[in-house]
Amino acid sequence: MKEEIVNSNWKLRKGEIIAAKQMTSAEKWFDIKLDDGELDHEPGQFVQVELFGIGEVPISICSSPTKKGSFELCVRAAGRVTNEMHKLDVGNYVGIRGPFGRPFPVRVMAGNDLFFIAGGLGIAPLRSLINYVMDNRKDFGKVDILLGCRTPQDMLFGDEVAGWEKRLDVNFSCTVDRGGPDWTGNVGLITTLIPGVTIIPERTFSVVVGPPVMYKFVINELLKKDLPERQIILSLERHMKCGMGKCGHCQIDHPKNYYCCKDGPTFSYDEVKEAKKL
Amino acid sequence: MNYQVLQKKDLDEFIRKLSGKMTVVAPVNKGYNNFAFEEVSSAEKIALQYIPTILPPKKYFMPQKEKMLDFDISGKIPEDKAVIEYEDIAIFGIHTCDLAGIQCLNMAFSERPRDYNYLIRKDHIFSIGLECNDYCDESASCTLVNAHLPNGGYDLFLSDVGDRFVCHINTHRGAEIAGETGLFQKAAAADLTALDNLRERKRQIFKNEINIAPRFLPEIFEKAMESPVWEEVGSRCVSCGNCTNVCPTCYCFDMFDSINLDMKTGARFRVWDSCQLEPFARVAGGENFREERSERQRHRFFRKFKYPVEKYYRFFCTGCGRCTRTCMARISLKETLNALAKESL
Repeated sequence: MKEEIVNSNWKLRKGEIIAAKQMTSAEKWFDIKLDDGELDHEPGQFVQVELFGIGEVPISICSSPTKKGSFELCVRAAGRVTNEMHKLDVGNYVGIRGPFGRPFPVRVMAGNDLFFIAGGLGIAPLRSLINYVMDNRKDFGKVDILLGCRTPQDMLFGDEVAGWEKRLDVNFSCTVDRGGPDWTGNVGLITTLIPGVTIIPERTFSVVVGPPVMYKFVINELLKKDLPERQIILSLERHMKCGMGKCGHCQIDHPKNYYCCKDGPTFSYDEVKEAKKL
Repeated sequence: MNYQVLQKKDLDEFIRKLSGKMTVVAPVNKGYNNFAFEEVSSAEKIALQYIPTILPPKKYFMPQKEKMLDFDISGKIPEDKAVIEYEDIAIFGIHTCDLAGIQCLNMAFSERPRDYNYLIRKDHIFSIGLECNDYCDESASCTLVNAHLPNGGYDLFLSDVGDRFVCHINTHRGAEIAGETGLFQKAAAADLTALDNLRERKRQIFKNEINIAPRFLPEIFEKAMESPVWEEVGSRCVSCGNCTNVCPTCYCFDMFDSINLDMKTGARFRVWDSCQLEPFARVAGGENFREERSERQRHRFFRKFKYPVEKYYRFFCTGCGRCTRTCMARISLKETLNALAKESL
């Protein structure tokens, strides 16, 4: 017997790509409009993107929910599905499930100073929060943003980043691992910029998103500044295959039962400090 | 409690009548001390004495490969339909360990967001349990997890008391089906005494199979993350994934797309996956969050004795012994638990 399951959680929403742009050699940006209305997400959540016939991948949402009508993804061509996704352009459709995951604690962070630290592609999920904060700027205290990437050519959202640099209500600095002959900015690891930022530990939340290797070093620097562990917010990377806490792929090696897709991907450091790998 | 009696000589007719109503599956001897749940239409092939089947009955609740979605991409806007394919099945002869395994899966899949494919299929399965009068073999550890006695999870439950089965009628549907066959009689006092005697005999036979009381296991696993036991187990593991495939409570899965030759229609399927396989926790960027076999074995044990205790207040081990029996590297569940217990003393 075969039946349709009308309320199945596997049913896909249909999203049309209404804008797309190759950002760097590895990353492509997509603006997606859902046929059935708003995505209705919060900063830090992710969606499952289905390329019919090819497969599904979890991608963090890089636009703020304050932007209405469509949502944005920044996709690195890293695996089979994302490489195929880079071939898509305006007018193409994808399947969407979600949004999934625990968002950044925006309501808890309101009224506090914010210290954003993004490494590499970590700017994608963090951008959903940074733009949310920019659009609700008066709800937050001092805002510092540190951005690190490999080379100036790898910089994502360059135009927008240039805008942050000009704003009077944001302190922004960035660093690259390797500059070019024309690069006049900082060169070195993102950790070298942290001591230069002044924070008031009791009223600061630091939100750190980057590759797994970055976390340990950045967190050490933040702890040196006496920032409480629960005020360090991370977004962890795992391969979420279902988004519903079932398939098992994104479970974290931790004494507690944490699924990255449901309990995360955002965690405070005190929640996950016992994890075998961040 | 509603008990009835089915004479052993009537078992064949019971299976025949049942298979007129729905597909009946039961343990069948496959040789070399291997058994498997397979379709039957009479009692002839059914093995009433069997050690746990190669695969547990989970294969009927969560098939190794199942279709979740049909899609059509011939138009500009793709169309999809979530589907379930199922049949009415009666599973005959489920041991108490496997009944416990189904109860674990029920918990995992009914937790929100619900898995309707599992839940609909479950509603179409009629379960008939069968009591173990003695241990199947030394790999089992059912007493450790209290799965040597029936704890619900069935429509009918048969206990072999000689020339007849005493049958516990657990559900209204169970009573209906038993009644429709006309083969079940009301249990007499002597039948209930025979069942009591069986249970009393079992209390003498079934004893905790490891060197430590189960109530200490949560405490042991609280400290087990850094244990050197995992290095030892990992050094023998060949990462074949057999232990998780045969486990009645393992439900990790992967999804994949398949497109038809017309290149317009296709489907999404769910297939069993295993945390013991190397790519399981790998991400596309190259990072593998559980790269070592020791880490993966530790994870498997944590998924049986630590995480589910927090979440569901029970072990996700039913003591069936399949992982131990199937392991090519002779990694034993009992020995591993004993090693962890010894180290924490």
